Amino acid sequence: MANRPNDSSRSDAPSRRFHPVWIVMVVVATLLLAGLVAIPAVLVSETKPPAAAPAPSDASGQNRNGAGSAPAVVEQSPSPGKLRQAKTVQVDFSPPADEDMPSGPFGDAVRLGQKIFTDTQTYARPYVGNKLRCVNCHLGAGRKADSAPLWAAYGMFPAYREKNKRVNTYEDRLTGCFRFSMNGKAPPRDSKEMVALVSYSYWLAKGAPTGVALKGRGYPKLAQPARSPDATRGKAVFDANCAICHGADGHGTQANGGYAFPPLWGPNSFNEGAGMARVPKAAAFIHANMPLGKGNSLSEQDAWDVAQYMDSQPRPPDPRVAKSR
Amino acid sequence: MTCRTPLRGIFAGLGRERLPGTVFSLVLAAAAAPSAHADANAGSVLAHQGSAGVPACVSCHGMQGEGQAASGFPRLAGQNQDYLLKELQAFADGTRKSPQMNPIASALSAAQKRDATAYFASLPAWKQQDKPNTSSPSYQRGRKLATVGDWNKEMPACFICHGAGGRGVPPHFPALVGQPRAYTRAQLEAWRSAKRANDPQGLMRSVGAKMTDQEIADVSLYLENPSPAEVEE
Ligand code: HEC
Ligand code: HEC
Ligand code: HEC
Ligand code: HEC
Repeated sequence: MANRPNDSSRSDAPSRRFHPVWIVMVVVATLLLAGLVAIPAVLVSETKPPAAAPAPSDASGQNRNGAGSAPAVVEQSPSPGKLRQAKTVQVDFSPPADEDMPSGPFGDAVRLGQKIFTDTQTYARPYVGNKLRCVNCHLGAGRKADSAPLWAAYGMFPAYREKNKRVNTYEDRLTGCFRFSMNGKAPPRDSKEMVALVSYSYWLAKGAPTGVALKGRGYPKLAQPARSPDATRGKAVFDANCAICHGADGHGTQANGGYAFPPLWGPNSFNEGAGMARVPKAAAFIHANMPLGKGNSLSEQDAWDVAQYMDSQPRPPDPRVAKSR
Repeated sequence: MTCRTPLRGIFAGLGRERLPGTVFSLVLAAAAAPSAHADANAGSVLAHQGSAGVPACVSCHGMQGEGQAASGFPRLAGQNQDYLLKELQAFADGTRKSPQMNPIASALSAAQKRDATAYFASLPAWKQQDKPNTSSPSYQRGRKLATVGDWNKEMPACFICHGAGGRGVPPHFPALVGQPRAYTRAQLEAWRSAKRANDPQGLMRSVGAKMTDQEIADVSLYLENPSPAEVEE
């Protein structure tokens, strides 16, 4: 049922075996059956003919993978709404269920990685310089699509990054979030924390192709707004939609001795070097994920405006700038 | 949003007190009670004896405000006061519907509402008494929903909003733990059908709308007597 995109790419095969009309008919039937949007013709010719229609992964809509069955990878063309940003065919993937975590030392590392990710303040204390947790920006323990999920990140490294102008390994990428988003310092490469986070990511990405943009990676980019982002309008959006959880002063809400809702700015939030401190990234995250549980409910303009407002508030300095000062 | 901020700080002191549930011992505590606009002692009298046209609250909500499992009357003890007050006001102005509570809340004066809610908020919060049957699959599914959620349908864990262990995040997010199963279930069904719609920004309705009957049953069972996962291991 699962189609690995690279498994069967024999671009010359169809012309030898079928009359071209058959290809068209197969394509049409496939699309009708699966209810998928047409894959752009260019891409089809560049990669491979669509194979048998991927069966809808699970009638119940639950992405539960029983032991033994490989996590589902389903190739799908980008949805029409996202065409403006998608340059390649995107691939559907669902990570394995928590219940299927392995046992033994590797399983222990995976479990520790999940704990660090969801309770960074407790399990990676020495490396954290604010009150955030990884899961605050990567929802659902790093699983939620469109919230920079770990399963979609793991297979995309090593990669060149403009931010530091070199090829980054996955560990380098984690280092970035520790340094800027967590306003701290990275655990050493061979520390149990780093090994655990890499193990957790690797496990979540079990069965996913490498080097292929999976559907749901990162935060879905927004088109440029009609009006340039404005902090005054943004404050009104904030007061009406965000203050109830993040506090009227944006400093978060504490309960039972910890942060129930994380700070968006102030001394305990991400620093000026963080991805979230850049308005387009913040707007994209907010639009897809906030208010919590009501993602995609704000207008894109409101998301830009509130991101502008959030990112114009005081926060810890960029350590790279602070150093050179 | 109704504005009740001014009340918040005033009751901070009262909320922490553990006043025994009987009128008798309250007399002793009276001397120590800080002067405030709300009077938990008066609230206690109202709760236990009622007043003109208002039945005693405890006749439905339990002698210690612990609720009534059989009839699905909610627990009030230890619930955040701002929240209780907001709900009483919603019953009074009809934005929350209940055949039992609408007439009662309408009959209460503003001062009585403050007093009664101050009293119930001051009672001890829920504590586990008996071990639940944690091996029941329904219970385990309920726990997962409460602590992890289901991001496949963009449903955050209940405890993200309702606080660690479901103990609430004052003033907007009520504690859920120890509520009679039938009550939680009825409320979730009411959110789902939008029969109850007095939540800020539709935050709770958006969760209720995504829930299946099975999920409602599972999570209601769990919340009645929640044990964290670690306890069994
Ligand atoms: C119902 C409560 C709630 C509302 C309303 C809400 N958020 Fe959040 N927000 C959260 C929670 C909880 C998290 C962390 C998620 C997690 O840990 O799973 C979060 C995370 C964030 C983060 C990333 C973490 C950080 O501290 O920087 C940003 C940015 C953010 N929210 C912005 C907003 C904006 C802007 C709005 C209004 C449009 C908003 N939120 C509305 C609950 C809320
Ligand atoms: C303040 C918000 C925030 C926090 C907290 C945070 N991150 Fe990130 N993270 C981001 C942003 C923004 C990106 C870039 C996403 C994008 O490019 O679309 C990112 C990207 C990543 C990526 C790469 C994703 C990809 O697809 O390339 C990984 C892996 C990652 N973070 C891990 C972590 C870990 C581990 C932690 C905790 C130690 C953490 N993050 C904490 C905001 C945050
Ligand atoms: C006849 C039984 C009855 C009596 C007497 C009664 N209640 Fe209630 N109360 C209920 C029921 C039933 C509900 C749940 C209503 C619903 O289904 O929404 C409720 C709900 C409430 C709530 C909302 C709780 C929550 O968690 O949302 C508050 C607050 C409350 N009652 C306060 C009082 C006070 C104060 C009194 C006494 C002055 C009182 N009640 C007397 C039956 C009663
Ligand atoms: C996005 C935040 C959010 C999430 C997630 C959430 N809730 Fe709520 N819930 C609220 C808010 C806000 C209220 C208060 C409504 C009001 O002001 O009347 C509420 C109220 C309730 C009430 C009524 C309590 C009472 O006594 O009046 C119940 C029951 C409830 N939630 C159950 C749940 C369950 C079960 C889940 C998980 C399946 C859940 N909630 C998830 C925001 C949330």
